[in-house]
Amino acid sequence: MATSSDMVASSRAEMARLSYAEGRKRAAKRRRLLGRALIYVVLVAGAVLFMIPFAWMVSTSLKTKAEAMLLPIRWIPSHFIWSNYVNALFGPVKFVVFYKNSLIVVLTDLLGDVFVCALVGYAFARIPAPGRNVLFLLVLSTMMLPEQVLLVPTYVLYKYLHWIDRLYGLIVPNLLAGSAFYIFLFRQFFQTIHLELDDSARIDGCGRLGIFRHIILPLSRPVMVTVAILSFFGHWNSFLWPVILLKSEQNYTVAIGLRFFQSFMTESANLPLLMAASIAALLPCVIMFFVSQRYFVQGIVFTGIK
Amino acid sequence: MAETLYSAKPIAASQVGGVRSRWWQKPAGKDTLIFYACISPWIVGFLVFTLGPMLASIYFSMTSWDLINPPKFVALRNFSRLFTKDPLFLKSLWVTTYYTLGSVPLGLIVGLLIALLMNARVKGMTVFRTIYYLPSVVSGVAVALLWQWVFNPQMGVINGILWLFKIHGPGWIYDENWVIPSFIIMSLWGVGGSMIIYLASLQGVPTDLYEAASIDGADSKRRFFSITIPMITPVLFFNLIMGLIGSFQVFTQGLVMTSGGPNNASLFFVLYLYRNAFQYFKMGYAAAMAWVLFIIIMVLTLLVFRSSSWWVYYESEVKGR
Repeated sequence: MATSSDMVASSRAEMARLSYAEGRKRAAKRRRLLGRALIYVVLVAGAVLFMIPFAWMVSTSLKTKAEAMLLPIRWIPSHFIWSNYVNALFGPVKFVVFYKNSLIVVLTDLLGDVFVCALVGYAFARIPAPGRNVLFLLVLSTMMLPEQVLLVPTYVLYKYLHWIDRLYGLIVPNLLAGSAFYIFLFRQFFQTIHLELDDSARIDGCGRLGIFRHIILPLSRPVMVTVAILSFFGHWNSFLWPVILLKSEQNYTVAIGLRFFQSFMTESANLPLLMAASIAALLPCVIMFFVSQRYFVQGIVFTGIK
Repeated sequence: MAETLYSAKPIAASQVGGVRSRWWQKPAGKDTLIFYACISPWIVGFLVFTLGPMLASIYFSMTSWDLINPPKFVALRNFSRLFTKDPLFLKSLWVTTYYTLGSVPLGLIVGLLIALLMNARVKGMTVFRTIYYLPSVVSGVAVALLWQWVFNPQMGVINGILWLFKIHGPGWIYDENWVIPSFIIMSLWGVGGSMIIYLASLQGVPTDLYEAASIDGADSKRRFFSITIPMITPVLFFNLIMGLIGSFQVFTQGLVMTSGGPNNASLFFVLYLYRNAFQYFKMGYAAAMAWVLFIIIMVLTLLVFRSSSWWVYYESEVKGR
């Protein structure tokens, strides 16, 4: 049995231990807070760095020609020259026509990428047939072929088809399930859908295409949205093929039109107009990004990991 | 199960009728028919826009052809000329390699670092994610134009900010020695794509691994190198392959911002290919270049794939043992 002095001593030791533990805990907490603050500082600094080009672009697009050349950089223009946008887009270069062309190409390509590739992917995922696996390997192997290999011969082919300086060359291959990657994505996704659903649809009298239409497609919103977004960005920003195929101004897409506008501007070096046109050219992508952000991040993750 | 359910009905029907049905009326034949009907767009596209052009390209690469006169067969002379008599080709090869050596590893590291910071469960993560990710979705000509002016030695942002600190910045894309580093910096701006993939992978690492390691006394450094890194190697692998393939195909920046200059210091491989084909109209020569590019990308990809067995960790493999 402990004496009272023993008890006092042990309780004192206990208290010392407690306060020591408390101190350690507090120090750890302080260190965590400090670490967190450091993370914030680095993240914010990086974010500022990443945003500077955009900020400069927007600010320059609203300046006068003279103010755009001043040093130090004035981040907020003394006067906001909104007319730069009007002058850039409706000036000597017909951006309205470029937008029309881009929309035609991007939207039809999108239909091809989403629906035709889905149908092909469905066939590979669900319909048994001789030669299916060999053909799927062929699909995969086309993913490895850099498009530059096809540049010269496709140009020659288009010359014979009289597709040079036409939009067909940018559209038709994509309407024919041109992207092996999207076929692959669809097939992988469809394979995760339970076969029991197909079976019950069959009992209700659905054929292969009925199952695709009524079961598979409605369940595949995530992958369809992902492909639609990737397709939109890909075709909107596409440059290599349009720059080779499109020769006359009335057939330019926005990307090519912007490059044309640049060559138009170099003589007068009108930087604000150039930046205004550039912003207008990438605005659809930015809008698309914010509209679809929720799906987008999830989709990128989906395509990256699988 | 699924297939028998589907096939049960038609077979029964034909037996009841007592008529021998043709192959396409049998369920398996019907499936084959539907399968080929479904993939027919791809088959046509593949034959006309991939296989046909590919075979033609092999032939073109062995000819000398200006699109106007009939092609002249020169066997493998295009290839030998590329490597022995064309200093510009060798230069473009070097320029592209230099760019790849800079942008791919830096892109991997910076992307991972940002993802790690964001994985620290900070508040406002979605805002940061948007900011870091946004530059990677806008690409192409508009971005090239923007960066052309960001790098402008007189009026550009970078030198404008350096000027505040009384530093005289370099000529960036107008300086032979700085042009590729400039392009590498620009490529880092688009690192958001790989960052998002890292982030997803980091968030997929099971927390009980960290807990177990902590109990065993592993400090944070040890946990990072022994758990985090091995667990995300599949994603590192994916980003490495994508980065390599992408950087060997760089084209837009070179054409829009510098048109290969100064002194061909940014003459990227695909830019030189484009010039040979569509400015000098040396179609055969350009086709040969394209096949060299194909082989380079193939070999690099295969090497990375080969190496993956000793540095990429797949959980399923271990579980399978």
